[in-house]
Amino acid sequence: MTPGQRRWVFLVAGIGFVAFFLWGLSGLPGFGNYPGPYGPAILRVAVAQTRATGVVSAINFDYRGFDTVGEEFILFAAAAGVSIVLRRLRGEHERSALDQAADRHVPSTSDAVRMVALLFTGPVVVAGWWLASHAQTSPSGGFQGGVVLATAFVLIYLAGEFLVFKRFSPVTLTDVVEAVGAGGFAAVGLSAVLMGLPYLTNFLPLGQVPGAVSSSGTIALISFFVGLEVAAAFILIVGELLEQTLLIRRGGS
Amino acid sequence: MSLLTAAHTPYTVPLAMMDALQITILVLVAAGATAVVLIREPVRQVLALTVYGVLLAVLFLAFQAPDVTLSELTVGAVVLPVVLLLTLAKVRKREE
Repeated sequence: MTPGQRRWVFLVAGIGFVAFFLWGLSGLPGFGNYPGPYGPAILRVAVAQTRATGVVSAINFDYRGFDTVGEEFILFAAAAGVSIVLRRLRGEHERSALDQAADRHVPSTSDAVRMVALLFTGPVVVAGWWLASHAQTSPSGGFQGGVVLATAFVLIYLAGEFLVFKRFSPVTLTDVVEAVGAGGFAAVGLSAVLMGLPYLTNFLPLGQVPGAVSSSGTIALISFFVGLEVAAAFILIVGELLEQTLLIRRGGS
Repeated sequence: MSLLTAAHTPYTVPLAMMDALQITILVLVAAGATAVVLIREPVRQVLALTVYGVLLAVLFLAFQAPDVTLSELTVGAVVLPVVLLLTLAKVRKREE
């Protein structure tokens, strides 16, 4: 195909795209005008029905809990995929990159970075845990809390070394925590089935006061499990990538 | 509880100011996205992407989605850059 013909193909396709795009835009509701009945309806009943003032969490972990189970297992599968693709193959042995160039001077992490990372680790753990345990009363939740918790382990790596990171997050323990988190969510749903209720029905006592941390029944419990799963999944992924970067793998004979 | 219905959303700042904030942040996000595409050096691109992630987080906050803000901050400004920088380090080590 000559450049001239190519240009024509692009022009026709481009004009067609722009036309359909503008046509689609013209059919959209005005900015900020949500026309559906679902949003206003759920905002009216959510707090009374679930005793959770974090309505986003009430939707994620209760009304649309089934969607969220799927999303959680997407992350679970992604972490499993990373572990499988980056696993140590049979006959491969690993050694630290430092062993190969022992005479080369490796610049150490600056004291400023270590100090800041060390200072932030504690508060980040508290913040992550707070976010994961307050889904029912604030716009947070297990996902956000879990990622923040995983960030604490990245800070541990920055403040110390790869080996310290490994000591704080041994793979077997992280695997177990991830499985407990993913399985716990599914198990909460199955518990409802065992009681003769639909899957993921909020079967726990809701509590009396909307906005209390102990209120909202299974919403808080599911958020806790999601927090565990997400934190462990991100620690696993970052750990695998660190291992890939910092260790040298050589195939055996 | 009626405060939670859409009709009574309590604005603590004048609407015009909110509009100005939203337009400003939309323009900044567009500029940030363009910058990420135009920067070709990978490490700089990751840094631009991180700034873009923070801008997106502010955008979500300005459009009243604080829950998405939290997710975007942690994933877009922390985890994604870490993963990308580690990958770059790995690739460069092999090139040596």
